[in-house]
Amino acid sequence: MERQAQRPFIFYGCMELREILGKTAENEKELADLIEEVPSDSIFYHTHSFLLRQRFPNGEYLNDFANWVATEVEDRVLGERLGIIDPSEFETLEALREEVLSTIDDHLAGVRIIPRVIFGEPFSFMQSQIIQIPTGLHSLTLPEFCQGLEQIDVSSLYFHFFEVRHRLKRREYDIPIWLMEELGLNELAEEIRRIRLYSLTLEQLRSKLLGLCARVQE
Amino acid sequence: MTIGVEAYREVAPPGTLDFLYRMAERVQGRTFLHINSTRMGGGVAEILQRLVPMMNDLGIKARWEVILGSREFFTVTKAFHNALQGKEQVITEEMYRTYIESVRENAGRISLDADLVFIHDPQPAPLIENRRGGKWVWRCHIDLAQPQRTLWNFLRRFIVRYDAAVFTLPKFAQRLPIPQFLVYPSIDPFGPKNRPLSREEVANILEPLGIWKDKPILLQVSRFDRFKDPIGVINAYRIVKKQIDCQLVLAGGGAIDDPEGAEVLSEVKEAAGRDPDIHVLELPVDAFLQINALQRAADIVIQKSTREGFGLTVAEAMWKGKPVIGGATGGIKVQIIPNVTGYTVHSVEGAAFRTRYLLDNPHLIARMGGAGREYVRRNFLITRHLADYLALLSFLTHS
Repeated sequence: MERQAQRPFIFYGCMELREILGKTAENEKELADLIEEVPSDSIFYHTHSFLLRQRFPNGEYLNDFANWVATEVEDRVLGERLGIIDPSEFETLEALREEVLSTIDDHLAGVRIIPRVIFGEPFSFMQSQIIQIPTGLHSLTLPEFCQGLEQIDVSSLYFHFFEVRHRLKRREYDIPIWLMEELGLNELAEEIRRIRLYSLTLEQLRSKLLGLCARVQE
Repeated sequence: MTIGVEAYREVAPPGTLDFLYRMAERVQGRTFLHINSTRMGGGVAEILQRLVPMMNDLGIKARWEVILGSREFFTVTKAFHNALQGKEQVITEEMYRTYIESVRENAGRISLDADLVFIHDPQPAPLIENRRGGKWVWRCHIDLAQPQRTLWNFLRRFIVRYDAAVFTLPKFAQRLPIPQFLVYPSIDPFGPKNRPLSREEVANILEPLGIWKDKPILLQVSRFDRFKDPIGVINAYRIVKKQIDCQLVLAGGGAIDDPEGAEVLSEVKEAAGRDPDIHVLELPVDAFLQINALQRAADIVIQKSTREGFGLTVAEAMWKGKPVIGGATGGIKVQIIPNVTGYTVHSVEGAAFRTRYLLDNPHLIARMGGAGREYVRRNFLITRHLADYLALLSFLTHS
């Protein structure tokens, strides 16, 4: 018989309200100065928010800073150096901010003229307010959890994997914690934690999760 | 025929409708008042005609009011509109007075009671002076990247009294002491400009326009305006035409009451010369079905602007499964994902190169068209717009 959780897992979806901070950078030095100054919500927005929009394998980098430097400033070197930064390697947004800053500073130390936008557009700093909405779906068992995974909008995956991990930090919304504590599925939880989230689209993440759960159910 | 919100279930991404219902539960019964300057004509009226009934379907008490004014008032606001979009205008004290007085007269006529009052564009902006309660948002749909400074300073003194402002692109935002949000515009998949048309309908609509699908169609839909670079499009077509037999359709309006538009149109006709494969179509402003049919008949859609506000014709074309080659400016860059849904270009040669490449690789036309449609489904349909407004309503009116 399927193990039943005492506490149901409640799926939430989310809606992003995008706020323009009114701060713009026209060169890489200004970019660094403003990265140092903006709220951490803005760092989160520029390194995570694109996941909520549909992504395509068109070779774009995983953060807005790298894409702006590469395509608007046309500084391929710094674009590549910023593009390789993987947010999952940083415990906090402050540590991620530090890494981005030190990468830009190191690059600027080696150039004589600060690269700037000539034909492109300036970088506009943004941040977002996330409005969480219960989807009405909840699960007590692994099969119910899988059913929920199949039905939810991808914004739920964004909420439970990125918002919860980096901003909300609420245990009750964390999928691996629920699988471990309520269903005793420690191995599955560990495998989910090891997923390289930033190399997947949210739809790919859904497929990956369903595949891992299916293996446990076999 | 009224289309209820439920009809959008078949076109919106899976789960969207249920998500909208859940969001609406948070703001059930709240009142949402939209005010703009016209019920007919223009993108704002077009979208409000659909958004307001959809909000009511979801249990929000939405209303839409329109300010009235004399001919003089609308002449003034048209000058304001041009000046705010960067065209130098002479603005006199008398014009400011006409503007303020007309809006004040409207304040006595319209009930301004609502939980959230959305004031669209500059025309009704001074209504904030008559605020009695609720949250007020100034929704700016126009390109405010380089406004005429004196006019903006005058308008700004009203805007700072709002609780928030909403812009279409980050670069339109201004230095303001209030929160500024970003909401992209959207298209209505059931509106006359985007509703499905059968092949037969398309052919029947195009026949009177003299367009036959006997060779690949390159299309640009836009006003005859220098920033849309129609001459550049003709030059790009000529480069392509040297190697591939194709036809070019330039469809647009705006020449009747716009002296500059008439001038550009005449330049376009001159540049087109006697080439029977260049079709310059002057369409009335409400030629929605013709535009719909042209976009469906096209093989490749071009939007080679050198300056652009948002350029929703890009999303319209992508929704019809067409790859788009667009100038790398404004909202075009937000809508086109290079190499996936089309290409952004910086020159006539760039536009020609990408057009030729696509015509030589028809499988890419289909693949990019499909990707574009999916991108629009998630990002530029009216259902996303509705979700953004519900999020604002929820965020601003939750204590």
